[in-house]
Amino acid sequence: MLALDCPNCGRRNGLEFAYSGEAGLDEPSSGGDIAEWRRSLYFHRNGAEWTRERWLHVAGCGRFIELERHRTTNEIRATIGPPPERRTGPT
Amino acid sequence: MSAPRPASHRLDPQPGEVIGRSARLAFEWDGRQYAAHPGDTIASALAAAGERVFSRSFKYHRPRGILTADVHDPNCFVEVDGEPNVRGAHLRVGDGMRVRSQNAWPSARHDFKRIVALTAPFTGPGFYYKTFMSPRPLRPFYREVLRRFSPGGRVDAGAGGERFDKRFIFHDVVVAGGGPAGIAAALAAAAAGAHVLLVDEQHELGGHLRWGGPTEQRELERLRADVAAADRIEVLTDAVVFGRYDHNWIGIVERSPSGRARERLLKGRPRVLVAAPGLIERPYVFRGNDLPGVMLATGVRRLINLYAVRPGERAVVFAAEPDGDAVAADLERAGLAVELVNAGSGPALRAAGGRGGVEWVELQGGRRIRADLLVTAVGWTAPTALLNMAGARPRFDAGAARFVTGPPAGPDVLATGGIVGEGSLEELGAHARATGEEAARRALGRDSRPVAVSELGLGARPALFLGPTDGVVDYHEDVLAKDIAAAAAEGYDSIELNKRYTTATMGLDQGKLSAVNAIAALAAATGRSLDEVGTTTWRPPYVPVSLGALAGRRFVPFRVTPMHDWHEAHGARFIRAGDWLRPDSYGDPQAEVAAVRAGVGLIDVSTLGKFDLRGPDVARLLEHVYVNRWAGLAVGGVRYGAMVGEDGVVFDDGVTGRLDAARYLMSSTSSGSERVRRWLEWWLQVERPEWQVTLTNATDLYAAMNLAGPRSREILRRVAADVDLSAESFPYMAVRPGRLAGIDDCFMWRIGFTGELSYELYVPAGHGLRVWEAVMEAGRGADIRPFGVEAQRIMRIEKGHAVVGQDTDALTGPFAAGLGRLVRLDKDDTVGRPELVWQAAHPDELPYQLVALQTVDPSIVPAESCQVIDDDGRIAGRVTSSRRSPTLNRSVALALVTPSLAAAGGIVQVRLSDGRIVDARVLDGHAHVDPEGDRLRD
Repeated sequence: MLALDCPNCGRRNGLEFAYSGEAGLDEPSSGGDIAEWRRSLYFHRNGAEWTRERWLHVAGCGRFIELERHRTTNEIRATIGPPPERRTGPT
Repeated sequence: MSAPRPASHRLDPQPGEVIGRSARLAFEWDGRQYAAHPGDTIASALAAAGERVFSRSFKYHRPRGILTADVHDPNCFVEVDGEPNVRGAHLRVGDGMRVRSQNAWPSARHDFKRIVALTAPFTGPGFYYKTFMSPRPLRPFYREVLRRFSPGGRVDAGAGGERFDKRFIFHDVVVAGGGPAGIAAALAAAAAGAHVLLVDEQHELGGHLRWGGPTEQRELERLRADVAAADRIEVLTDAVVFGRYDHNWIGIVERSPSGRARERLLKGRPRVLVAAPGLIERPYVFRGNDLPGVMLATGVRRLINLYAVRPGERAVVFAAEPDGDAVAADLERAGLAVELVNAGSGPALRAAGGRGGVEWVELQGGRRIRADLLVTAVGWTAPTALLNMAGARPRFDAGAARFVTGPPAGPDVLATGGIVGEGSLEELGAHARATGEEAARRALGRDSRPVAVSELGLGARPALFLGPTDGVVDYHEDVLAKDIAAAAAEGYDSIELNKRYTTATMGLDQGKLSAVNAIAALAAATGRSLDEVGTTTWRPPYVPVSLGALAGRRFVPFRVTPMHDWHEAHGARFIRAGDWLRPDSYGDPQAEVAAVRAGVGLIDVSTLGKFDLRGPDVARLLEHVYVNRWAGLAVGGVRYGAMVGEDGVVFDDGVTGRLDAARYLMSSTSSGSERVRRWLEWWLQVERPEWQVTLTNATDLYAAMNLAGPRSREILRRVAADVDLSAESFPYMAVRPGRLAGIDDCFMWRIGFTGELSYELYVPAGHGLRVWEAVMEAGRGADIRPFGVEAQRIMRIEKGHAVVGQDTDALTGPFAAGLGRLVRLDKDDTVGRPELVWQAAHPDELPYQLVALQTVDPSIVPAESCQVIDDDGRIAGRVTSSRRSPTLNRSVALALVTPSLAAAGGIVQVRLSDGRIVDARVLDGHAHVDPEGDRLRD
């Protein structure tokens, strides 16, 4: 099991997080060609290299975090904080 | 009962013995009685009675005796009280144990299966694949044959009921291996302030000191006293660190834990893992090397010094300097005649022979020595698995004639002791103490300079792997050196492939003894060096771990609603629905349906996902995540919506109501609520952080119940006095706030899943039971009935409402699910839009279309998952939901069918579970009952 560093909660077991996909992918415009859309949905490089990905800290702060992980060693190079606190409406 | 066999081979008390001579135990071995002392293993007690044969080899059924006399012994797997594959050279005797031999019938001593040995020409490598493949019709017969002769014991299908425990550990440092190095490292780490878990596979700490001479015994006493006095060391014996996983996550199995559990699994992530497993003695390959009476030097030393067992009468010791001296001295002390043969400079060892055990030993040049014990001491294998799991790569050191493994790259695994190198007790102790101190420094995050750890050298050893004759490489799997060569000749010249093809190293001992000899055999067969052949990949687990230990104790938490106790008191039969326990029925679901259709019923729907959404941009969020239109929803209005992923597949549905200008309440399916929550969070946190929306998961904040049936308005009026329930002011698809049975802050939704006039009541969770009881009381005169999910299921099938995930699958978009009328493609952007556009344009290319089906014979209810087949008998869909409808007194169903069969009025064929094929008619629309929806809108 991985150990992930949550910027809010500190180092926690990977079980607390839900993998939420690769980050930083170029998404095609939703008005574009269906073949291009499906390529972007289903065909990722998945190389033996560093990858940027998002994880949701489900059993913790509930925030999505972004990190860099090496796909062959599972080494984690940097954890990037969650996006800036979003403004909220009236409560 | 006969008298136990006399302990004819028991020696006088030995300085390091672990047996308690003042007490006696009795146990049974293959039907005969034997005696033992507490502390005896099964193997040592049998050896003390002069027994030499402990198992039969699995292919050739050759007799096998003690080899190592410890946990690694591949020849002493036995069946104990019905449990197969127990390590007989490790498990201590318990009074009354019934022990049986494996791979033998009726006993290890008289084994009729040994006639298999006559078929040896057919049991070479890969014989499974070659011999038992054709003719194909005989394969079931082959399977039976192979089962009978597969290695290992018999599994008792009736076994079970034992408890297995789990424990999480939080120590700073875990030391794997409790020999002198591991103990010294643990002491140093604890002295430096770290909390340490010291784990050893044997029954006591001490490693090789336990069977050593007076110097070793004194050192052992001192180390044990220090451990007992240390503050921060927890000791686990008869326990193994079996795996090191990502980021130093480790698993430990405790095989004889305190308490009631049979075994205990420990998991955790120490800051530093110190690997100190010591060394494992390597067998030598020659003809007869598996005869009872051929033993490793460490095995002999354990038998004599720990268990006070005389291993024979006349011994030949074939040993490389300097390993033979200590065992020769032990043997002489035990009263044996000993002849020492120098394995480095003396004549080669050609063979051991005899009937049922060693009677003679033959050296190069033809000289035969009469002996009943042949001891080999040819070298060591470093069990570096934990280091290799951490990423370190082994290389072969030709001078030391063994594989060595450097330290792994990361800072969280260290190594000390014999696996690192050689030295005197003092040198090894210094290395271990420095390593322990460094482990503590890293674990505690101290900024101080790294502790200097001295180097340990590797002494020169002769390369003694294969003798001049052929012999057994893997004892457990019965693989000979020539089998490995034969496999290489067939093309299996990679060690990874050769291992799998011959099964060398793949037995219960997992190659602890055989791995390096297998590499040497392959190297010899292919003319390469051991370094060129290389090792196989180490993967967890390092030792076999029982599935019970991995599974742990059964622990299945579930959630209950605020009305749970009421349901229980009123005869509910519960089912699990996702995490929840829900009433399936209160005894008679068909009657519950009838009550709702004719009068009124009440169902607990608290499990629905509920999301409170506030802010100016809620409508934009809804437009985005639902396929339908949300702009223009008035306060008090409700819409049904379906959600799709970017792949255009429906994954949830529910209703959302607008409570006021900037507040909405969304509901999701019960099982999909967590997914919906994450999905909404994703859009709000990651993709559209600029949207001003506050999301609160309100699933647990409200209890919810649905009051359904033509008389529901009349009943509701009695508990909702201050709300105008008339159809004009509270129409279908509307939501109203109000007070229910005296409880403020409730909401009433005029929606429903059953097809009847119905109201969904959201009540602050703490008052759920009170309102439920008030509604039931108000409905008493109308014969209100509580109904469960089974009645609701029948009614929603009657009404043709699909359940996402039941009536849809991972390819079903909204058009296929019959929700095409909802989809709006004129929105700026919406999730999965390109797929929705494509689905709208290609209705005939969708894999399946959801339809309502009625069997032509109304009495036949096709089971869910029955196939729909086309005219050619090919699968063309399946029944997704089906029940007998009490309302129509016939079977009703929903099915996914290929678009060509989906036309209304068509007849399709359904193959029933019993193979019969029956006709069913496709309905126009999905509703079997009230297709116009008059009842809902009443």
